[in-house]
Amino acid sequence: MLSSAIIVFREVLEAALIVSILLAATCGLPRRTFWIGAGLLAGLAGACVVALFASSITSAFEGTGQELMNATILLVAVVMLAWHNIWMSHHARELVAHMKNVSARITDGSLPLYFLAVAAGMAVLREGSEVVLFMYSVTASGSSANSMMTGSIIGVISGILVGRLIYSGLLRIPTGRLFQFTGWMILLLASGLAASAAGYLMQADVLPYQAPLWDSGYLLSEKSIFGQLLHILIGYQERPTAIHLTFYVVTLCSILTGMCWVSRRAEHRLHASEV
Amino acid sequence: MKELLIAALFVTSTTVMAAETRFDISIKDHMFSPAEITIPANQRVKLIVSNEDATPEEFEGEDFTLEKVIPGNSKASIMVGPFEPGRYEFVGEFHEDTAKGVLIVK
Repeated sequence: MLSSAIIVFREVLEAALIVSILLAATCGLPRRTFWIGAGLLAGLAGACVVALFASSITSAFEGTGQELMNATILLVAVVMLAWHNIWMSHHARELVAHMKNVSARITDGSLPLYFLAVAAGMAVLREGSEVVLFMYSVTASGSSANSMMTGSIIGVISGILVGRLIYSGLLRIPTGRLFQFTGWMILLLASGLAASAAGYLMQADVLPYQAPLWDSGYLLSEKSIFGQLLHILIGYQERPTAIHLTFYVVTLCSILTGMCWVSRRAEHRLHASEV
Repeated sequence: MKELLIAALFVTSTTVMAAETRFDISIKDHMFSPAEITIPANQRVKLIVSNEDATPEEFEGEDFTLEKVIPGNSKASIMVGPFEPGRYEFVGEFHEDTAKGVLIVK
């Protein structure tokens, strides 16, 4: 029971963390719950479909279908998170004003926030399909099915609870600092996801195999809870290669550049309207 | 001339075969068989893992980075290495108690 709880917890944790950080990062945005919720539901439905077609996906593209799908899901999530951060560096100030004072308006509040839906959906899709497959495996295996099923459910619930805790924790950050903080979190998270995508592309032989630069598994295993947390939050890998690092750094720099550029342009416009 | 062509064909076909060394592993009753496979060092190697159980399994490297779900009653090809000589353990994550294996790289 405990082992199945841990397996499911590990899978759920990643999705739960991404979604709770997104929720905190969009605090005060009108209709964000709708968009993130819709993304979650679509992601869950998608996870079931992926699990159902697992065989055909695995054998697709000469046996690399699964890796290519995972890499695609991760990269789409990276693009959506990047877009979120760049969008927020333009709107954060209005949002803070709005949260402090109800009379302030968010000019683009009616904009479709579908990038939030896609980001949340992608987070659930990849890990969710593995949970569905595992749970199917458990129910079909007979004898110890009941206790393992209980374990899986405990895993799902505790994963969601940790997400909920993180969310409440983030909301304790003063409003003025909140978006700055969640912006940094999403920046590191997205870079880590890009590095993971690179790993799948290497596994599919799309990118050449490389020997790891180091192995820090004996210091901090990626499978320990703390290692797993760091893996999700900042992209910690125990055996990174030069390709992993390149993907990480390039993603980080691209998003940062986009954020700086947009916020500088927004400032210029503000000054221009004041004059 | 003909013999030369045949000889050339032979040489190319054997080099093609040598370029892709494959090893078969099966999963039955949530156990790998063989659970110990000796593979050559410093070479990319193809593992054909056939899951003969009805339930899915996740092939996961313990001492190397690899994660692949293998659905029930199906085969997956997994490329590993090139590795330095040593022991590289792997597990079936969905049944970690029984599904354990090791690549012995020589």
